[in-house]
Amino acid sequence: METTDFALSCPLPIERYPHVLMAHGGGGRLMHDLIEKMIAPAFGGASPEARHDSATLEAGGVTLAFTTDSYVVRPLFFPGGDIGSMAVHGTVNDLAMSGARPLALSAGFILEEGLPMDTLWAIVRSMQAAAESVGVTIVTGDTKVVDRGKGDGIFINTAGIGLVEARAEISPRMVQEGDALILSGDVGRHGICIMAAREGLALETAVESDSASVSAAVMGLLASGVDVHCMRDLTRGGLASALTEIAGASRLGIHLDELAVPVRADVAAACEILGFDPLYVACEGRFAGFVPAEQADRAVDALRAHPVCAGACIAGRVEKAPAGTVVMRTRVGTSRIVDMLSGEQLPRIC
Amino acid sequence: MCLAIPGRIESIELEDPILRSGKVDFGGVARSVNLACVPEAVVGDYVIVHVGMAISRLDEDEAQQVFGYLKEMEAADEGSSA
Amino acid sequence: MKYLDEYRDAGAVREYAEALARVATRPWTIMEICGGQTHTIVKYGLDELLPEGITLVHGPGCPVCVTPLERIDKAIALAQRPDVIFCSFGDMLRVPGSETDLLAVKATGGDVRIVYSPLDALDLAAANPLKEVVFFAVGFETTAPATAMAAFQAKQRALSNFSMLVSHVLVPPAMEAILSSPNRKVQGFLAAGHVCAVMGVYEYRPIVVEYGIPVVVTGFEPLDILQGILMCVRQLEEGRAEVENQYARAVRAEGNRPAQDLIAKVFETTAQKWRGLGSLPQSGLGLRAEYAEYDANLKFGLEEIVTEEPSECMAGLVLQGILRPPDCPAFGTKCTPERPLGAPMVSTEGACAAYYRYRGIRPGA
Repeated sequence: METTDFALSCPLPIERYPHVLMAHGGGGRLMHDLIEKMIAPAFGGASPEARHDSATLEAGGVTLAFTTDSYVVRPLFFPGGDIGSMAVHGTVNDLAMSGARPLALSAGFILEEGLPMDTLWAIVRSMQAAAESVGVTIVTGDTKVVDRGKGDGIFINTAGIGLVEARAEISPRMVQEGDALILSGDVGRHGICIMAAREGLALETAVESDSASVSAAVMGLLASGVDVHCMRDLTRGGLASALTEIAGASRLGIHLDELAVPVRADVAAACEILGFDPLYVACEGRFAGFVPAEQADRAVDALRAHPVCAGACIAGRVEKAPAGTVVMRTRVGTSRIVDMLSGEQLPRIC
Repeated sequence: MCLAIPGRIESIELEDPILRSGKVDFGGVARSVNLACVPEAVVGDYVIVHVGMAISRLDEDEAQQVFGYLKEMEAADEGSSA
Repeated sequence: MKYLDEYRDAGAVREYAEALARVATRPWTIMEICGGQTHTIVKYGLDELLPEGITLVHGPGCPVCVTPLERIDKAIALAQRPDVIFCSFGDMLRVPGSETDLLAVKATGGDVRIVYSPLDALDLAAANPLKEVVFFAVGFETTAPATAMAAFQAKQRALSNFSMLVSHVLVPPAMEAILSSPNRKVQGFLAAGHVCAVMGVYEYRPIVVEYGIPVVVTGFEPLDILQGILMCVRQLEEGRAEVENQYARAVRAEGNRPAQDLIAKVFETTAQKWRGLGSLPQSGLGLRAEYAEYDANLKFGLEEIVTEEPSECMAGLVLQGILRPPDCPAFGTKCTPERPLGAPMVSTEGACAAYYRYRGIRPGA
């Protein structure tokens, strides 16, 4: 792999972005470019078609999955969760996307001077409760404190190791023409919940974050004998971002049916008010899966046996064309291309 | 311009010519909305809301016209060509 | 959602598309004025449903796209001040100024905040007495009542740390500018439904009479747009030129009188420069003398800036409907949503961004 000394020649065209923007963390095109053009080439590792939520490694005859994630959500506590439980579930879910049962997690804290000790304790207890509910242990970690004003309260980094139980590789390059697209539930709850909790938008809503572990449901899916070709958890950038990445990496066409994508009524309403497209709103305890068409019903039934995936459904199919593209049949019967977001979705008046 | 959404007035929070505000429900999500420009609107009415202001009261009879228009058009065309 | 979802019904949409195909016997070019209507057309692929020969042109109905470069630069200058909390609608954050944009200012430490309503900016001012809160008052007539309300309440509450950078524009002068252009291709208009909910429909009568073209006040959902187009095409086929109201559920002929009074109390009509169209007389709103203390221009002594647009940006011709975005040499090459040369590529309603997302790839094509 070609090495890049990026101190001398940064491959990302930076004439427009000499500084990191919030959008570079937004899950859309800017973040995609940052990873694909600067970070991943510098570190080497798997090619884009195989690259995935977690990395798989062969070690002593077993296949391990290894992942890491950092959590910077504001507010720290929100309906349905907090930064701690979100960190545990998110990491466990990344492992599950490779078909791995979680073995152990690490937790690194960057604490801002002045963070109330009660807040930290509540987060720590929440992480332990989440870990217990999944059956995983947080075995190691680190704590650092930064000066007041430099840390936004608390940042959490988690890493996770899991044992791959899937028989075959699960990654974008395993997606095949004819596969069915399965969704594990309704989309957009987490993003709307967070948006409603932030000051300035003053929306009263009972939308809770969908932050949850899908590990048991995924293990159940694998145990049912369904050939799972690819799974991707839906986080920042929502369903659309996950699908556009997979379409791009697999060079296939993903055909989505708008009416088959479940969106809860109040989530839909909040999206209307803010001018958001639910396809791009962040989720947490949700994933998309690709399975052979004739196994789709079996896959949905296996998932629905678990409460966190009670809303599982078939939402589309994979075809050869248009290559590398996501196309949606709209609710009025027309077709439109679902593109990668170029930045983060911002509330609009226009 | 013009992202404005219909919502139902659930309650009037403040009766005042300028500060008149109410809680408006948009299919499960509620927000406080300034109602000064729709003094005739009451609880139960639907209003069109843009950036926190109600700019119009929705006429529920007119809301149906879209669905009858094509039939009327055909009837009128038949009538004029007969 | 009630009064929204019904107007997205696939069966009704198909019926309207079929009716349109029966009614249209000749090619017609229709312009929709409002960015929100452009958004619906793109989102639902409505031009796919139109019969061959009916061309939709996207007009300058995006206040984001037409905000003059100088004003963006002034906004940026204000946002960079350490004593200022700069509040804006989300739409404006990515619009390129001469050097940078508001989002980049936020990245380098400026206190830039997205607000849903101007009244929220007012609350921020009350909650932060040691800071100057400036609200970027962008929008067409639809937004003017809310901005006027904010200024009115600021005066009532005697808030001394609140001001507005006003950039309101009015639709009818823009329509006239487009109609009086010698290159004009537009034969009929879909007028902006929510603008008319505030202002009423009477302003369009002189335009219809002078230029002899149909104007149909149209809503924002797929059925609204299709019905608006159908009504417009019927007029064109029958040789009529009238003001019609498709969006009667929200628009009264006289508009919203209390809203109009509120606007008149706080604002007066001024000349206004439109990015891409130039300066149009009586096409903008400025704060009246009684509200001068809330004018950010005066409060901060902002000097008039002279700006230059990148020469490749042909936004002006696009906004007038004369140039199709894909025909612009910079389209998709030098100018993309990630690195826009002009506002129509940044705003999701901008004609260029709308075309870019389609990129001419249709399944089966």
